[in-house]
Amino acid sequence: MDLAYTPEEEEFRARLREWLAKALPTLPPKPSPQDWPGRRTYDLGWQRMLYDAGYAHVHWDASPTTRLIFLEETEAAGAPYVGAGFVGLLHAGPTIAAEGTAEQRERWLTPILRGEEVWCQGFSEPDAGSDLAALRTRACRDGDDYVVTGSKIWTSHAEVADWCELLVRTDPAAPKHRGITWLAMPMSSPGVEVRPLRTLAGSAEFAEVFLDEVRVPVANRVGEENDGWRVTMVTLSFERGTAFVGEVVACRRVLGELARTARENGRWDDPVLRRRLGRLNAEFRALWRLTQWNVSEAEASGGVPGVGGSVFKLRYSHARQELYDAAADVLGPDGLDLDRPWVLDRLSSLSYTIAAGTSQIQRNIVAERILGLPKGR
Amino acid sequence: MRFQLTEDQKALRGGMRELLARRFDGAALRAAAEEPRLDRALWRELGAAGFFALRVPEADGGVGLGLPEAVLVFEEAGRALLPGPLVATHLAAGTVPGAATGEAVVTDVDSGGLVEWLSEADVVRGDATAAVSLRSVDPLTPLHRIPGAGGGPGRAGPACDPGTGAGQESSVRLPETGVGQESSERLSATGPSPTPGSSSAAAPGSSSLTALDSRSAAAPGSSSVEGAGSSSAAVGGSSAAAVSGSAFVGAPGSRSATAAGSSSGEAAGSPSAAAAGRSSETAPGRYSAAAQGRSSTTASGRFSTTDPARGPSPSGLPVSRSLHVSDPVAVLLTAAEQLGTATRVCELAVQHAGAREQFGQPIGAFQAVKHLCAQMLVRAETARAAVYAAAVTADPVDVAAARLLADDAAERGARDCLQVHGGMGFTWECEVQLHLKRAWVRARRAGGGAESEELLAVDLLA
Repeated sequence: MDLAYTPEEEEFRARLREWLAKALPTLPPKPSPQDWPGRRTYDLGWQRMLYDAGYAHVHWDASPTTRLIFLEETEAAGAPYVGAGFVGLLHAGPTIAAEGTAEQRERWLTPILRGEEVWCQGFSEPDAGSDLAALRTRACRDGDDYVVTGSKIWTSHAEVADWCELLVRTDPAAPKHRGITWLAMPMSSPGVEVRPLRTLAGSAEFAEVFLDEVRVPVANRVGEENDGWRVTMVTLSFERGTAFVGEVVACRRVLGELARTARENGRWDDPVLRRRLGRLNAEFRALWRLTQWNVSEAEASGGVPGVGGSVFKLRYSHARQELYDAAADVLGPDGLDLDRPWVLDRLSSLSYTIAAGTSQIQRNIVAERILGLPKGR
Repeated sequence: MRFQLTEDQKALRGGMRELLARRFDGAALRAAAEEPRLDRALWRELGAAGFFALRVPEADGGVGLGLPEAVLVFEEAGRALLPGPLVATHLAAGTVPGAATGEAVVTDVDSGGLVEWLSEADVVRGDATAAVSLRSVDPLTPLHRIPGAGGGPGRAGPACDPGTGAGQESSVRLPETGVGQESSERLSATGPSPTPGSSSAAAPGSSSLTALDSRSAAAPGSSSVEGAGSSSAAVGGSSAAAVSGSAFVGAPGSRSATAAGSSSGEAAGSPSAAAAGRSSETAPGRYSAAAQGRSSTTASGRFSTTDPARGPSPSGLPVSRSLHVSDPVAVLLTAAEQLGTATRVCELAVQHAGAREQFGQPIGAFQAVKHLCAQMLVRAETARAAVYAAAVTADPVDVAAARLLADDAAERGARDCLQVHGGMGFTWECEVQLHLKRAWVRARRAGGGAESEELLAVDLLA
């Protein structure tokens, strides 16, 4: 039981820090949140800098501990997160790396790493959310193509994406998990229509994607036909490993800022609020330790993130909401002003208990896969 | 980074679990709940197994292990609901004769004003002269209470009324908001207490531990308050020190200056000013017989240990009062016990939910039930990460976090477990009630979680 890093890991950290100190000042100014082309350029530019410096692979083949250090240090230094590169680096890329042919890996992986192509995700549908396997977007074979018709929802970066990792139903007669296929669809294909969705925070963070007889080459299928569910699960478990490392670091920084703000505006004298901040400090310290615990476990098991990710996500998503609720109380009346810091964050924190598996689904996973309780309804 | 348990640590935990399964099984637990009596033979067996001497250096006859190992065995003790003043006796090992071997049962006056197992204890650390018995909610933990200590409803408040000390020749200055004041406001009791024992009632309604000066310890019937002399640690110590970025490690304060010596090996980080002044505790050889030499048998026939560090403080103040600063090791070991309960109640709930059938299926198949179980696991595993990490770092802020998480995991876990058990959960026969009640008792130690919350709040400003 220890929390010490190896000399090699410490050296990695030191080199990364040194590089960040030099690289970050050369970044262009951050584009406005509504400037999608600007965000794409900015995020891909950052990815290219990482590639040139030899850090592009960190998400894929570095050890869990190295990845932890990378995410911790980049966040601490104020570096951008993956942004538009998210799906390519954390979903589609790892899937292609694990399940794709040599030719497919050659075609798609390098552009992801070099920050040249953006991917989006076409998984959820209006009638297939938590029950993802109920998806109905149809793909019919026609010669060397699949012809795809249906609609996808909650697709981030759809407006600026080059590719979509798409789940389609290829065998409607099979049990629902067995008739699904994974395709890489060019977003420029005829028949693809993107309609932005406005979130409760007022911005268009994701979109609906309508597909009307879109032709996708069979060569773009990763894995076998009707084996897409298994192929997809490789991707999803990947997401829950170290996905929130940077965010926990950021939350702890926000908490410190909240405390200082409370000191300045006098709210600190309220013992109820002060102790609530103290309790949040305990919460995020514990979440950091839980991250280290999960990483250490992944390290011991050969890099495979375990179900510990569900435990973490349940706790973290709730804690993040509590953090920004506390922020609103620190701000007092200003907590209702969208132009104040943290107010938009409070709004977007509401998605955390829903996105990437709702808390209810996560509890099912914990109860059934960790605790071994029977499935039911 | 190898955060997981080593093979040796797993073996230690397994050994402890085995010992308890053999010597304190379900039948023994139920019997103990009927008649709270300390099993002396078991206590000695724990001593022989090294439970109490676990962190005492080998050179001094101990096992020579560290906090992580101590946390693991206390987790097992908590899981089995092993009765007795385990933490106090463990902390006394190496300083109080017989504690290490389990010959002596040592209890202490908690900074929250409670004393566990007073009637059974051979040694009481702290002044329990005024203690009155209460009918303990937990059938496995007899309790006494020190009137006036530990505070009433406002017990958690760091800001006690500065006026309460008036007339006791002790003056107490407190920051208005308790903590967060960067000025070095400190508690100090100036002048000796007029009469032995009176100081224990010195601050009715205040949440402070009794301040005694060295003379009062000599009085018949009184026993010393370890931690007196560490006054400058006090609230100012924890908050002001934390504000300035230095931890209060080494100034464990209230409960046991002597015991703190035994813990400072692990806990020593940056010595604070307060600790620096109490060199005799942190000096090598702290397990020496200094305390033994000073023990005497009081009128009540108990040992009264005196703190070698007591007496004039470096600042020249004769004594001090310590308030709200609990020995981080004691807090952490209690958190480990809570973790044991949190884990155990989750197991019990899962067992029951998988076996009990209603509406033609195990109740654990219903989401309303299985989600309760899932949340129990989430709380327990998050607390585990916090408790184990605090055992590795020995950082008081980590300890405070671990404590809050573990209390929450144990109390809410036991409550949810009771709910999952339905009507059976409400019966005396069901083990769950014992976990819930013990969790309540443990959560009260060191005055409850408020001290930890304040420490963590101040840490944010560092």
